[in-house]
Amino acid sequence: MSIKIGTTAGRPEIEISGSLGLPELEQARRRFAQIPFTPQATLDLSALQRLDSAGAWLLLTEQARLRQEGTDLTLSSVPPHALPLVEVVRANLARAEPATQPPLTVTALLDRLGRKVAGGAAFLRDLLGYLGIFTARLLGALRRPRGFHLTSLVHHCEEVGLRAVPIVALMAFLIGVVLAFQGATQLRPFGAEIFVVELIAISILRELGILLTAIIVAGRTASAFTAAIGSMKMREEIDAMQTLRIDPANALILPRILALVITLPILGLVADLSGLLGGALMSWAELGISPAMFRTRLIEGVEPIHVVVGLVKAPVFALIIGIVGCRAGMQVGNSAESLGRMTSSAVVTAIFAVIVIDALFSILFAQVGL
Amino acid sequence: MVIRIRGLESRFGPHRVHEGLDLDMRRGEVLGVVGGSGTGKSVLLRSIVGLRRPDAGRIAVFGEEMTGINEDRRAALAARWGVMFQDGALFSSLTLRENVEVPLRGVAGLDPDTRRALAELKIAMVGLPLDAAETYPAELSGGMRKRAGLARALALDPEIVFLDEPTAGLDPIGAAAFDRLMRDLVQALGLSVFLVTHDLDTLYALCDRVAVLAERRVLATGTLDEMLAVEHPWVRDYFHGPRGRAARRSGQAAPQGR
Repeated sequence: MSIKIGTTAGRPEIEISGSLGLPELEQARRRFAQIPFTPQATLDLSALQRLDSAGAWLLLTEQARLRQEGTDLTLSSVPPHALPLVEVVRANLARAEPATQPPLTVTALLDRLGRKVAGGAAFLRDLLGYLGIFTARLLGALRRPRGFHLTSLVHHCEEVGLRAVPIVALMAFLIGVVLAFQGATQLRPFGAEIFVVELIAISILRELGILLTAIIVAGRTASAFTAAIGSMKMREEIDAMQTLRIDPANALILPRILALVITLPILGLVADLSGLLGGALMSWAELGISPAMFRTRLIEGVEPIHVVVGLVKAPVFALIIGIVGCRAGMQVGNSAESLGRMTSSAVVTAIFAVIVIDALFSILFAQVGL
Repeated sequence: MVIRIRGLESRFGPHRVHEGLDLDMRRGEVLGVVGGSGTGKSVLLRSIVGLRRPDAGRIAVFGEEMTGINEDRRAALAARWGVMFQDGALFSSLTLRENVEVPLRGVAGLDPDTRRALAELKIAMVGLPLDAAETYPAELSGGMRKRAGLARALALDPEIVFLDEPTAGLDPIGAAAFDRLMRDLVQALGLSVFLVTHDLDTLYALCDRVAVLAERRVLATGTLDEMLAVEHPWVRDYFHGPRGRAARRSGQAAPQGR
């Protein structure tokens, strides 16, 4: 491409030859900026070999810019091959006005805050609604056991419970090891190594065993629930179920949440045992507390109530994880993006809810003196 | 000749989709590719644009052999064509304008304002309202997504546009509007179009030539009038069936596209 700026008959004439398109855009724009001020000028396009829509856009926007500066630029002898393109670009340029964003005001900020708060309240109400659906379907299943999807329940118990055993056991074992190690280091200066048994047992049985299990299950299972239900929602399978008079809550939600409620306490127990095992092994290796001594100390020093305090939380955690996961699945829209967004939001919400509820339980148990 | 295919073979396991397929596409023409379900129309399109490696045979685009070509040459060639996928295939995390800007980002030395203006021009050219430019694909209807996909395919002013079922899933009014839009754009931008479709109305509204895929190869190519004379059960059923006749009548009644 070359742009010649010359004069014919006292009038500046600009001649463009070669190809004017996207690759030449910036170069051409710089050349246009060099056009000296004159009231009238002609742009001769007869030698133009190729013009693309970016080139046409440049010609027309430069023409408009020069007009604003007082130069009337006439496009002359547009080659026939470029004519339709110039016309199309001209027609669409008129509509291409840049959109303006409304300014951010205090009212808009307040409005946004209000919507967030109202959204939070609606979210809690929604969760409560799903709890209600689950309870209603559970009672319905007790009254009419024939309509209950037992196969589905067994399948989900395997998915949610059995398959989570290795990861939960390993996690709890390592927590036991860490507690024993840390406890030993802290207690040894006082000669109180033996209390490491109580330290491990009480913290794992009361809190860590079930809390960490619930967190792992929240990450593993809430996302799986959301993904499974959400992809069915996306492909209109849920709508199809409703038209076939299959209740989605009965077929999808009840077995999933019930499977969690059944298996999470068992997983918690696995975590307790495995944590104690890890702690015992580490105490043996690090402090020389023999497994027999660990056992005696455990039975004498630790009340069984700690196990109950730990495990009684499990069904509640299971409920909240299941409800959050299923609700997020039902909220998926018809795009793959919303599926991804709801899945990650389900995990975050479920973990957060588990920790909040654990804190509430701690306050409750402290009040009743357990 | 912008596309030249010789002896293309495509296999999926033991299943052969194409065997000894030959096809030519000339510069500046609109070539319609039709065929029953499972005759590999989309596979053919994907093979040409390099999304699928042919199991045998040769594909040349703009006179350059596509098999065994190095990556830089490929990328340079790919800038000269645009592909519009069935549902637009827009990037869901980007707004419509950002989607159209994606191919423009590869152009060296283009400042952001120009890029934005060019993207908005392309959005206006495919007939979308400009306030749609800042919305996300999920907020748009199917027809608008298709138009946006076309705007992205046209972002670099390609010489060839590949359209995969451009009117599938549109209502008849939307489909007719899309046909009109394509006709205007083909004329204004001087495009060559490789059009995979089932839609007889689109064929009659747009195509210069038609290639029929059947029996794992291109069974016949020619103008629509020539297709009417082809003696093959599928071709006859397709062009002489009730829908074929209706499309022909309305295609003749409307002013000739090109």
